[in-house]
Amino acid sequence: MIPLSYMMSLSAIIFAIGVAGVIIRRNILVMYMSIELMLNAVNLAFIAIGSRLGSMDGQVIVFFVMTVAAAESAVGLGIIISSFRNRDTVHADDLTLMRW
Amino acid sequence: MTVQFPALALILLFPLIGVVFNMFFGFRSGRGVVNVVGPGVMFAAFAVATWAFLTLLKLPPGSALAAPLWGWIEGGPFHVEFGLRVDALSGVMVMIVTGVGSLIFLYSVGYMAEDEDFARFFTYMNLFALSMLILILADNLLMMFVGWEGVGLCSYLLIAFWYTNPQFAYNGRKAFVVNRIGDAGFLLAMFTTVATLGAHGVWTLNFVELHNNAALFGGAAATAIGVLMFIGATGKSAQIPLYVWLPDAMVGPTPVSALIHAATMVTAGVYMIARLGFLFTMAPSVLDLVATVGAVTALFAATIALVQPDIKKVLAYSTISQLGYMFLGVGSGAYASGIFHVMTHAFFKGLLFLCAGAVMHALGGEQDMNKMGGLRRKLPITFATMFIATLAIAAIPPFSGYFSKDLILEAAYESGHTGLWILGVITAGLTSFYMFRLIFMTFFGDSRVDSEKEHHIHESPAVMAIPLIVLAILATVGGWVNLSHGWLSFLHIRGTGNAFVRFLTPAVGTFKPIVEANLASTSMPLIASIVGIVLAYVLYIRLPGLPFLLAWRLKGPYDLLLNKYYIDQVYNVVVTRPLFWVSYYVLDRAVDSYMIDGTAEGAGLAVLTSGQVARRAETGNVQHYAFVYLLGALGIVAYYLFLVTGR
Repeated sequence: MIPLSYMMSLSAIIFAIGVAGVIIRRNILVMYMSIELMLNAVNLAFIAIGSRLGSMDGQVIVFFVMTVAAAESAVGLGIIISSFRNRDTVHADDLTLMRW
Repeated sequence: MTVQFPALALILLFPLIGVVFNMFFGFRSGRGVVNVVGPGVMFAAFAVATWAFLTLLKLPPGSALAAPLWGWIEGGPFHVEFGLRVDALSGVMVMIVTGVGSLIFLYSVGYMAEDEDFARFFTYMNLFALSMLILILADNLLMMFVGWEGVGLCSYLLIAFWYTNPQFAYNGRKAFVVNRIGDAGFLLAMFTTVATLGAHGVWTLNFVELHNNAALFGGAAATAIGVLMFIGATGKSAQIPLYVWLPDAMVGPTPVSALIHAATMVTAGVYMIARLGFLFTMAPSVLDLVATVGAVTALFAATIALVQPDIKKVLAYSTISQLGYMFLGVGSGAYASGIFHVMTHAFFKGLLFLCAGAVMHALGGEQDMNKMGGLRRKLPITFATMFIATLAIAAIPPFSGYFSKDLILEAAYESGHTGLWILGVITAGLTSFYMFRLIFMTFFGDSRVDSEKEHHIHESPAVMAIPLIVLAILATVGGWVNLSHGWLSFLHIRGTGNAFVRFLTPAVGTFKPIVEANLASTSMPLIASIVGIVLAYVLYIRLPGLPFLLAWRLKGPYDLLLNKYYIDQVYNVVVTRPLFWVSYYVLDRAVDSYMIDGTAEGAGLAVLTSGQVARRAETGNVQHYAFVYLLGALGIVAYYLFLVTGR
């Protein structure tokens, strides 16, 4: 049996990669993928702790997260596509209209 | 005995209707309607006042009519009623105001016939009548103060009636501000009254209750209240040192000068002192002050009137002088004599102003007597009535002014104010001199009228002539009420002589002479008057060149009088300029612009500056926000990790 700490460490590493991706990468599509990475890192942690505690709650929440993530990606990809069509860019530095 | 007489409220209601109607519907209804409503409500008020007065006459002496309307201020033990009361004193005053007022309103119809702003004029005039009647009919000090302020406001509005002329507007403001100084005295006197009586558990401003509790005042409080009240009276009634607004008030329409600045409002101070006579009697030093200020003002203003070339200015200073007589009367403790002069003065001075207005009307607004002369054939009615008024003010028997002025001087002599009596006698001579100078310069001699105005000269229309004639009759016979078999002889007043005085005595108290009058003291004023007339005749009819010679030879004194003792200039340097300086540099520049505006604008500027700095953080780049978000999240995690769990 794989120790819990391994799985929690893996989850933390994946989450950190996701955070780094969101903050460092300038391509919105990549930032988006990084967000999915963070979500799935959390999912992994939920399942690991749920299985350790012998509880179904963790798995239930993961389903919720996946549902929300699917809806979010549908909306988000729509925004990215429309932004690309209108502004001809998916670069975060170029999309700074909402500022002073 | 006090009789309930609710109809007194009608005396106030009628002018109120006039105010509301003329204000909101006057201009739209047109001149014809306003000319009926404006004077009409005054005649209606006069009718009710006559009814009330006749009712009062049938009651035994010392009675009063009362109409408590509603409770006004309820503050624990302190309560003030909005109530009306007519006793002998306010009865006489209300008859003067509504009676003379009605005639002047009627005259105004003719005088303002050319003016576009007739609706506004009658609105103000009706508002004035309302305020003046509140002042007179009030049964307590606070209500009297409401009227007191109201007449001051209307005075300001009507002086500055032709407000497009900046000088006129300035004169209106001057009257308002000078009156404010006096009003502060009135207000402080009222505070002192409440505080003094409140210390004894009596909470009232009602005149009757004040009178009943007069013993609680004590000499010091009575003196303080008396002095403060007298300051109020000097403002409203144009006495030294606050008289300066009245001559400048003459820029208003002439009916306003007649009604407000001669017949009614300016006598409010005399009325107030007579009304509070029980209080002033307790403070003899204040009474002496009142008498002294009155006598000095009478002489002072009369000397200025000697040389003024402007017909209305002469009458204005004459009014100040006559008001001084009234204060000499009430200051001598003979309150009835002061009120008697208020009445006769309302007749003859109201008439003099209306006549001056008729002359100006005929001459297209000319006020300079050097450009008049020889008008007696062209303006016969105006001349005849003005001549009667002049005889009355010059105190020639049997005209009304003789009886009242004589009574005042007699009271001054009998109360032991011999010095003030001498001032009064000299003033009587000066009065008849300057008034006959006015008559001779205006109506006698050769015409000095500008040639283009010469052929426009016309007698006034009937609507203006009728008030002149009625007032001339009153100015003739008005003094006879004090004869032993005068108008009031059908009253239940026994004894001989002084019918009017004895009628007022229950309301204002008895005059107690301490010196016996003698033949010399009673005949001197008349002799002085006749000397004045003869001098005026010699100087302005027989030897018309002599006044110019005298003015040239006595250039110093002449200029001093012509420039009104330079009082306006002195006040300008001593009071007005420093006040403007303080207002502008300290209050406006330093306090207002710098401190108050600075605080307000500084707060705005601080927000603006900090915003300029802080908005740089808003880059619009989503990754910057995400980074700050990460830092925050890490901070919260660190907090729980190291500070909460680690403890």
